[in-house]
Amino acid sequence: MALLIKGGRVLHGKKYALEKLDVVVEGTRIKTIASGGSQKGTFETVIDATGCVVVPGLFDIHVHLREPGREDAETIATGTRAAVKGGVVALSSMPNTKPVIDNGGMVEFILSQVEEVGLCNVHPFGAITKGLLGEEMAEIGELAEAGCVGITDDGRPVMNSVILRRSLEYAKHFNILVMEHCEDINLSEGGVMNEGATSTRLGLKGIPSASEAILVARDIHLARLAGTGIHIAHVSCAESVELIRQARREGLDVTAHTCPHYFSLTEENCADFDTRFKINPPLRTRRDVEAVIAGLKDGTIQAIASDHAPHPGYEKEKDFNNAPFGTIGLETLFSVSYTYLVEKGHLSLGELIKLLSFNPAQLVKLDYGVLEEGGSAHIAVIDLNAEYSLSPEDIVSKSKNSVFLGVPLKGAVRATIVDGKVVYSAF
Amino acid sequence: MTKETSKKKNGTQEGRIWAHKDLLALKDLSAREIELILDTAESFKEVSQRSIKKVPALRGKTIVNLFFEPSTRTRTSFELAAKRLSADTINISKSTSAAVKGESLLDTAKNIEAMNVDAIIIRHEAAGAPKILADAIAPAVINAGDGAHEHPTQGLLDLLTIRQKKGRIQGLEVGIVGDILHSRVARSDIWGLTKLGAKVTVCGPPPLIPAGIEEMGVKVTYDLSEIIRRVDVLITLRIQLERQKGSYFPSIREYARFFGIDNEKLQGAKPDILIMHPGPINRGVELSPDIADGKYSVILEQVANGVAARMAVLYLIVGAQSEEE
Amino acid sequence: MNITVKAKPMDEEAIRRAILRIAHEILERNKGSQDLAIIGIQRRGVILAERIREVIKDIESTELPLGALDITLYRDDLTTIAYSPLVHRTEMEFDVNEKRIILVDDVLYTGRTVRCALDEIIDFGRPACIQLAALIDRGHRELPIRADYVGKNMPTSASEFVEVHLKELDDADEVVVLERERND
Repeated sequence: MALLIKGGRVLHGKKYALEKLDVVVEGTRIKTIASGGSQKGTFETVIDATGCVVVPGLFDIHVHLREPGREDAETIATGTRAAVKGGVVALSSMPNTKPVIDNGGMVEFILSQVEEVGLCNVHPFGAITKGLLGEEMAEIGELAEAGCVGITDDGRPVMNSVILRRSLEYAKHFNILVMEHCEDINLSEGGVMNEGATSTRLGLKGIPSASEAILVARDIHLARLAGTGIHIAHVSCAESVELIRQARREGLDVTAHTCPHYFSLTEENCADFDTRFKINPPLRTRRDVEAVIAGLKDGTIQAIASDHAPHPGYEKEKDFNNAPFGTIGLETLFSVSYTYLVEKGHLSLGELIKLLSFNPAQLVKLDYGVLEEGGSAHIAVIDLNAEYSLSPEDIVSKSKNSVFLGVPLKGAVRATIVDGKVVYSAF
Repeated sequence: MTKETSKKKNGTQEGRIWAHKDLLALKDLSAREIELILDTAESFKEVSQRSIKKVPALRGKTIVNLFFEPSTRTRTSFELAAKRLSADTINISKSTSAAVKGESLLDTAKNIEAMNVDAIIIRHEAAGAPKILADAIAPAVINAGDGAHEHPTQGLLDLLTIRQKKGRIQGLEVGIVGDILHSRVARSDIWGLTKLGAKVTVCGPPPLIPAGIEEMGVKVTYDLSEIIRRVDVLITLRIQLERQKGSYFPSIREYARFFGIDNEKLQGAKPDILIMHPGPINRGVELSPDIADGKYSVILEQVANGVAARMAVLYLIVGAQSEEE
Repeated sequence: MNITVKAKPMDEEAIRRAILRIAHEILERNKGSQDLAIIGIQRRGVILAERIREVIKDIESTELPLGALDITLYRDDLTTIAYSPLVHRTEMEFDVNEKRIILVDDVLYTGRTVRCALDEIIDFGRPACIQLAALIDRGHRELPIRADYVGKNMPTSASEFVEVHLKELDDADEVVVLERERND
């Protein structure tokens, strides 16, 4: 049961050296990473990675798998298939399913489905409050025990400050990441896109950046008060980046992730009322895109996640006011990040892979993001020179609502290996 | 048809004078195209004064009024315009459409398209709904108001009224007063007026002035007396009385006191100032009754021009859609 | 494809004489100017109508009511041509009921323009009669329509164009026959 990945340039070790080496995998572990030709013996599977890079598989900390409840949009099977096509070896599923993942039984259901499908690993998030209602704390201890690595009411914030304070304090005991969707829902009420000149021109109700920044600021204060950390989801605007930067300078354990659309697209994408671009938080301005990139570069934002949010076509075909928020993103997570961050000269490949694998895994204390002898074999093989543009037929996710349809992208995932097993191959 | 008359070297340019399948927004039109509609509308004003107010230009064409929002005025105006051009019209309102039964906008439109109609006039509470329709179906789509986005034919009839009264648009100072935030009329007026060279200032309670409106090429003021002294034309907008619940301003009374137009506030205005309103008026709120019915008011001309402007739009868009040379 | 001038069958003087003769024929046939009104078809028909009216004014010292008709909205090919043609104004400031209408156009060809004009006039009321005057009759009728007053009968082929130029719109008063050159 051995696998040889030969001829590729391998991003290996904790220092992410990039060298032309061969990788031998035995069982679920990496046996050797050594120079070419030195591999003797027979291999059950050989991947010729010539011309490709061999990198740690990605960990996507923010994914909506929609099962249970909205299997018409996505299932654990289709969602994880989309994940491995994007080089994602593990992901965190969000708890805003129907019913909500707010008890241990629901977590067990998810994990049993994941095991049955057997593609990538899933490390679920549970709810902070029962039913995501923001009123009563969910049974956080039971959620942690059942396998949740984090808790969030994602899709909405915990608006009541005292509930969030107590949840932060309580969760400390269970060593579980608390993640907030930052949005002042009174300020953003009825909004469908970023507030500014574009929303004014289109006559669409805006969501001001302040709606996000106010909650980021509040959450920083609450984390300081509770003496805990907090993780800010999908950072979209310059004001939030600056608040997080200051908090970290102060030494607080405030961490954050952003998504590919927040460093590649702007509110102008909404100009044709195309509901694919209706996302929450909304696509902002060029200035915000630049601030998010600066935040990724200086370590203010530690991770990139897709916020994969599938919606069936008939729902996105509604008018802009009534269509649901969100874009899918698992399949393009790497390509978009590579195209807009590495190709444009903001980050090196190693820095990007760290944001896509090692860093988010560290937030929830998981073992992803390093290729080393004896380590877990979670690997992505990527052709950095491949150029493509996504068409709906290429999408394996059950929903096709991607903001990146037709956008020229660089860097295509050729193979994904989870725990030593090739779960995706496009060779 | 004698070809000769259309080929004169010094004659008016003919041929491809209109090149849009739909009319969704004045933002999409050039100054020349807007002027073409206005000129055509001038010709149609005469038709409405005949004893037989009907010409056969659109005979055999079917036009659907698809109104998801109640609007007696705009719907009637479009219907009259279509009938005076001899088109057949069908009215579908929210209560008669299947929308209430959960049918999507696209399904409704595709069903209507399957009945081989030539144009759909749509009014919808959601900005962008006409655009969704126009991209999806072959018949011409005419926007009769979409959310707070645009109301292009209202913009055209306002331009027609101003041009008729002032003889020009270029160089005029125009004020737009009221709920700019929620007003599709304001947006279409702004595009039309600025494209034709007027200088536009918007005015209203600050919460009703939307972010970044200056980027549409207008100035902003919160001081009504300042613009009243300066403008040639004052367009007042309807206040939706239910907006008050959204805390945009404290009370209707206070709105009327600071932003309603009455004789006293008009002291110092130019003697030939035009007062306009898209209707229906909340008397005593946006305009005092003596102003609404007074010498500055051109509100009834606006209504009459509405039919002519819509006839022009229907003629240009529905009149000739065939691809052949 | 080039368009070349093939002939100029009428100059300024010939047009002037034709209008003078038509005016006299109108008065002769109608036994004076009683109840007469004159309507030109936009745009050169209107200019010719004005000129005829001037001549009649010189002879009879009465000014006939004058109308201008834009027949665009009555065209039978509106829905088959690619783009909507420009609409000019129709001006009918007098009551057509019981009037003896003289309808004026520059070139009479297929007869379809005249058909439009007849329909449009009848939408304004019920005249006592309608008579037709044309500066040029070039034949090729597609409808049972004939002119009562003709400036010049001019047999042409279908590949030719006939243009009437009038000073008010063009450089000179003249009638020009143009022909498309074929690229064989």
